[in-house]
Amino acid sequence: MKNGLVQILSQPMDRRTAITVAGCAVAGAATAAASVANAINPFASPESREASRLEWQRYFQENYRLMSEEEKTEALLRLERLHQLKHGGRISVSGAEPIEKVLFGYAFNVSKCRGYLECVSACIRENNQDRASGMAYIRIHEHRNGEFDFSKASDTFDHPVPAEGHFYLGTQCFHCQNPPCVDVCPVKATWMEPDGIVVVDYDWCIGCRYCMAACPYDARRFNWQAPEVPEADLNPNQHYLGNRMRQKGVVEKCTFCIQRSRDGRNPACVEACPTGARIFGNLLDPQSEIRWVLANKKVFRLKEDLGTDPKFWYFMD
Amino acid sequence: MTALRSFLRYGIGEATRGGPAYHLWMALLTLLMCVGLFAYCVQLDQGLAVTGMRDQVSWGFYISNFAFLVGIAAAAVILVMPAYVLEEMDFKRAVLIGEAVAVAAVLMAIAFVVVDVGGPARLWHVLPGLGRMNFPRSMLAWDILVLNGYLVLNLGIPFYLLFTRFRGHTPDRRRYVPFVFLSILWAVSLHLVTAFLFAGLPARPYWHSALLGPRFLATAFTAGPALIILILVAIRRHTEMPVADRTIEKLAMIVTVAAQVCCVMSISEIFTETYRSTHHSHSARYLFFGLDGHNRLVPWIWSSLALQFAAAGVLSVHRWRQRLPVLLAACSALVVAIEIEKGMGTIIPGFVPEPWGKVVEYAPTWVEFAVGLGIFAMGAFVFTVLAKVAIPVELGKVRYTGPV
Ligand code: SF4
Ligand code: SF4
Repeated sequence: MKNGLVQILSQPMDRRTAITVAGCAVAGAATAAASVANAINPFASPESREASRLEWQRYFQENYRLMSEEEKTEALLRLERLHQLKHGGRISVSGAEPIEKVLFGYAFNVSKCRGYLECVSACIRENNQDRASGMAYIRIHEHRNGEFDFSKASDTFDHPVPAEGHFYLGTQCFHCQNPPCVDVCPVKATWMEPDGIVVVDYDWCIGCRYCMAACPYDARRFNWQAPEVPEADLNPNQHYLGNRMRQKGVVEKCTFCIQRSRDGRNPACVEACPTGARIFGNLLDPQSEIRWVLANKKVFRLKEDLGTDPKFWYFMD
Repeated sequence: MTALRSFLRYGIGEATRGGPAYHLWMALLTLLMCVGLFAYCVQLDQGLAVTGMRDQVSWGFYISNFAFLVGIAAAAVILVMPAYVLEEMDFKRAVLIGEAVAVAAVLMAIAFVVVDVGGPARLWHVLPGLGRMNFPRSMLAWDILVLNGYLVLNLGIPFYLLFTRFRGHTPDRRRYVPFVFLSILWAVSLHLVTAFLFAGLPARPYWHSALLGPRFLATAFTAGPALIILILVAIRRHTEMPVADRTIEKLAMIVTVAAQVCCVMSISEIFTETYRSTHHSHSARYLFFGLDGHNRLVPWIWSSLALQFAAAGVLSVHRWRQRLPVLLAACSALVVAIEIEKGMGTIIPGFVPEPWGKVVEYAPTWVEFAVGLGIFAMGAFVFTVLAKVAIPVELGKVRYTGPV
């Protein structure tokens, strides 16, 4: 042992190792730097530079629930501008806050539903759901009379409705008052608003899908690929916590059409239903139709035993 | 400082030096990592749609391997306790290997979570301080903390020991034994927390069981030491490090008892789910017998059970267990059985049928396999480097004698 130090026969590092390490570092840095580079690139068009800068700011923005008023306004404007820069069209992204003394609830009339699926398509259009993968928030289950076993019902029926000897029942997000999906999210990207709507911040969600595993009602949908909505079909009246365009790799769900309900309108499914099977309203208002249903009909909820306390009731005439 | 620098210099030198076989092995691992990286790029580009996962089965191969590897990591504690606390000399040598396995397994587990998330770029949202961690409510937040803490402990303790030895001193028990105790507690909670991640979901009746936590521990203490036996035997054959027969024998005893406990738990589960089967048993029925003509997991789970029971049976006979080839075969069988049991026997059937009773089956795609292969290669790479650096120091072959 010369020198008292360990003898180090330094042989060159295995070539491939060196290349991989370097390759990874370069690839990582490149992706991260791409938008910055474009933002300061004097040869890029001003539009694409602005878009890159806005994307960069958007990447570092705070969880929506914890933003200041100013930050919220900035985030909304940023989304509108980004859409204009990328697609040319104009959208309006609202940040309407919950109205005081409002708690939304929903009731579904099993006797009336006839399986027309108007609600499903209205929901897809209203909420800008990915057309390519055929995503839908609402599922209509066709049960045979005399049976109430969901595993035997069909939600892919493709025949004239109502089918003889069958009845229909829809499920979607029940906006549980004690939502398990909210508890499990590791980054607080999903929460219940004061008006009872369970929402997701699509810019904060990391796409771990823990909430999907936790939801007992199959209410959550994941963007397995980048969602696509043709510009002509896009609903431009959007809400930050509602139907604004999602990105690849995040979770979304029914929001009781937050962009409409906070504006005093009914959700799209309620409006679209030709039989009037769907009833929506303010649970805190004794005069509301939903309160009338709860007071005068025999109502029930699904999977009560799980203690989720859904704000979604079923009843029959 | 000079000592530290020379230690690091020694480490890097040792890791990059070796015979042709060593270089070939590392080159092979690097090649596999490149394949994994390529597949991951495809996934980043096109989204998780390139995997077999869908809204109904929203976790698959990645999370299954995550759960399996957390178990392997936790099982390193089996060596730590006797070695450091009871001062068992035979375990002293093996424990460093156990810790290197733990480090590699934790890194692989973290990698499997990273490749599973839809927005890896936004992962900074989970960092304490920077992001908004949902602590203590979310079990996933707990798991992130516990995993990283375990990684630090398993890097720190061996580093302290090796570095002191490198400088020619004797490690001071008062300095490291408290951390050893901590890491023992940590290992058990690590795997319990991972089980609670699943057991805390009433939405999935198959997981929502008090047996899940103990079961995770029992399978971990089977597969972990079994894997370590295989590694120790390989190390004894290929390096100068002596591994006493007694170490292997004691580990084999642990594997045997843990495997027997696993068998009892399997029987208990099958009985409860089948004797008076309810709607909540649909997942188990799907897993063991198939449901509505869907039976993709059936051959897997029965092979896994067969391997597990056969290995446990063989190991229970003292004379057989003491024969090395039999022991190695049984250990390999157990590692395979439990890898299958974690994924195809635990994680995936939890999602089938989906909450409204429809059966949607899952099968991993080539992207998932390639990414997984890359991650396993990364783990093997890390382990090889750690072991190669640690062994000569542990054997007292290299010493620092320069200025302090
Ligand atoms: S239905 Fe599912 S997604 Fe909706 S609030 Fe309840 S648990 Fe959450
Ligand atoms: S997928 Fe998104 S919203 Fe759901 S738990 Fe993960 S981070 Fe939260």
